[in-house]
Amino acid sequence: MTTNVSEPMAPAEPEEVEAHAKLLPELVSHLREHRTELREEWSTRIAGAHLLSSMTPQEIGSETSSVYDNYVEVLETGSVQALQRYARDLSERIIPRGVETHEVVGIVLLLRDVLARSLFKKYQQDFPLLNRVLDAYEPAANRIANTVAVSFVDERERVIRQQQDAIRELSTPVLQVRERLLILPIIGVLDNQRASQLTEQLLHGIRTHRAKVVVIDITGVADVDEPVANHLVKTVDASRLMGASVIITGLSSEIAQTLVMIGVDLNKMNTIGDLQGGLEEAERLLGFKVSKMEET
Amino acid sequence: MLVSILRQGDFLIASVHTALDDTELAAFQRDVVAQIGEHRSRGVIIDVAALDVLDSYGSHALRNLAHIARLRGALTVLVGIQPDVAFAIVQLGMEIDVLTALDLEEGVALLEQLTAGNRRGRSTVGMLGDTP
Repeated sequence: MTTNVSEPMAPAEPEEVEAHAKLLPELVSHLREHRTELREEWSTRIAGAHLLSSMTPQEIGSETSSVYDNYVEVLETGSVQALQRYARDLSERIIPRGVETHEVVGIVLLLRDVLARSLFKKYQQDFPLLNRVLDAYEPAANRIANTVAVSFVDERERVIRQQQDAIRELSTPVLQVRERLLILPIIGVLDNQRASQLTEQLLHGIRTHRAKVVVIDITGVADVDEPVANHLVKTVDASRLMGASVIITGLSSEIAQTLVMIGVDLNKMNTIGDLQGGLEEAERLLGFKVSKMEET
Repeated sequence: MLVSILRQGDFLIASVHTALDDTELAAFQRDVVAQIGEHRSRGVIIDVAALDVLDSYGSHALRNLAHIARLRGALTVLVGIQPDVAFAIVQLGMEIDVLTALDLEEGVALLEQLTAGNRRGRSTVGMLGDTP
């Protein structure tokens, strides 16, 4: 019996630990014995609470029996490591199905209640014993609920971080359209973080592509706040220091107003209405001449 | 050797190899200005590609150097500014109103374009018998 594994979950007093050491095996064998009926009761209550509605009854059945077995095992061994792994694994499977945090926490708390109820029923004749049983059961059960919830949230956050990274990588492409001409189409919300990422990508892009002219197209950006507008102006300055001139195209009226509000030096900013105009101007600066092929 | 100043035709090419302190910067400035007079240079290229930091004093000194060189008759182009340095300069609000180019090659091209027809080898004064 291992109540005193690395982190004992029972209170530290020796006599209590001893009492729990005797009670928990009894408890576990009771839960094993009534596995089928308790599990069914639990499933009914899950359905009654309309939890896990995005999963089929078969899936719920198999997951609940694994959760139940894990739960009892943790009560027996006191080690939450296996449960942690299982919870993470479970989260990985059910997060893409759209299972919410409240549902996961909800089913674990339901199981806790179902088991506690059955303990009440079993020991209701002997109140002091019931008290001791609950003393042993409750900390362990709380710890299990805590572990499952934390694992689920951790997994969710990991997924979110992963997606953020993916978006960040995709969000500021630096494309070469002609020799020494780069274009940066920006779509969506331009916040502080994305703006500094844009600067970094642009400046390194200028270096690697040996760009002379850069067209930043912000047609897809509705509005920016003043710090971001300032940042844009600085980016243009920094590009100039690296020997590239920047043409900004597609300024919305809101962005234009913000730029005027922060008092931008218009001699430094080369802005043109739309992307086509910007590209034409860039080609002119680079000495390209684009002409239509004559039809034969 | 912290800085090498080489003559290339009408231009001087000064490469800064390591970060310079204040006295070294002053010495560098003196050297460049002296050599402009000596070689009658039309342009100076300052290559700072080896620098990954440039403080406000340094950028101020480079700007002054460019202005002094201008008064001595040479255009100055700052080349090889690293991306991070470029952004740090604007972030700190340091005004560098100096010609800049991506690298040495671009700097030479820019100077050649700006000083075309103004070269020492070719007199701009028309002489009798010249065909226009």
